[in-house]
Amino acid sequence: MKLYNRGMIIAGSVIFVVVVTFPFWYGRGRAVPPPAIEIETPAIQKLEEKRCVEDTAFMRDNHMKLLASWREDVVRKNIHTYTAKDGRTFEMALTGTCLRCHENKTRFCDRCHDYAGVKPSCWSCHINPEEIL
Amino acid sequence: MIIAGLSALGAASPPLTRLIAKEKEPSRAAYPGAPGGGPALRAKRWAMVVDAKKCIDDCKDCMAACHYVHNVPAIGNPKHEVKWIWPERFENIFPEESHAHIPDAMGKQLMPVLCNHCDNPPCVRVCPTGATFRREDGIVMMDSHRCIGCKICMAACPFGARSINFMDPRPFIRKLNLDFPTRTKGVVEKCNFCEERLARGLLPACVMACEQKALVFGDVEDPNSKVRQMLEKKFSIRRRPELGTNPQVYYIL
Repeated sequence: MKLYNRGMIIAGSVIFVVVVTFPFWYGRGRAVPPPAIEIETPAIQKLEEKRCVEDTAFMRDNHMKLLASWREDVVRKNIHTYTAKDGRTFEMALTGTCLRCHENKTRFCDRCHDYAGVKPSCWSCHINPEEIL
Repeated sequence: MIIAGLSALGAASPPLTRLIAKEKEPSRAAYPGAPGGGPALRAKRWAMVVDAKKCIDDCKDCMAACHYVHNVPAIGNPKHEVKWIWPERFENIFPEESHAHIPDAMGKQLMPVLCNHCDNPPCVRVCPTGATFRREDGIVMMDSHRCIGCKICMAACPFGARSINFMDPRPFIRKLNLDFPTRTKGVVEKCNFCEERLARGLLPACVMACEQKALVFGDVEDPNSKVRQMLEKKFSIRRRPELGTNPQVYYIL
């Protein structure tokens, strides 16, 4: 069986494979430093017990699920208070509750989200007071 | 347009400062995020009465208060206008009742119009994503998270109570209220009967801002509520009841 235009086909195939696998071999062996998130803000330093709504490990893994359930509760079920596992109660509000302590969205939320490559659309409506004041 | 906007802002200042002063009263508890304000106001069926005779023609206190509290953008271009509560004349509010010989005092007077929070809301029926829905207490809500901006609800609403954000509203908000989110490009918005304030035990912003007490808000299912008492004392009409949407904003003329 004769392969017509052999040179072009093989060269094209090689270029295709190189381009498609580029991200894999280009990034190989390189360590991207994990994001340095700033947890200490003036508001957090003032707290007696530095504890988020739930414990840190839970918040790190599940904050997105927690916020999604807050959203459903507040907007659709008219429930505005969240009772944490340890019994404390919080108003379910992103700007009003989360950002009151985590005042540094750009150095807290954004750094990790940029690293993970996620783009939450929260901030197109919810206000980040940092940006305004 | 800019001059009109500035003068409107100037006119709006006193009620705004009053309203903001009132807002400071409910104290927040000791730790951040603790539920603030008083106990939530609850009702079987929220409704509003507009006592139009008390309404002063050039007064826009209710509108200024609402649009401040809810971060409603002031876009000069009427094609892109976003509004929750706005002034109209009799002939536009009740076109089927209007005729050439209406007394001037009524025919020319501006009255506030807003979402009627219908019992049978056509906007809810047509929404393809469930972004707009009717709550148990009668408030027709918008869930901006689910809105895809299809505008079918705007076509369905017989009262023109819904506006879409054709552009990012943030640059057009005169003074941001940090306690309420803005909207984004491509979502529909409308009056929410101040459900976020009711949850904190506060009456709607328009009702609190009205010095003439022309706006009354309450539970229409409760025979002792002020709304109910007013409706039983005086004759009231609603906008386009023949459409069967059962509007819950009543006008005493």
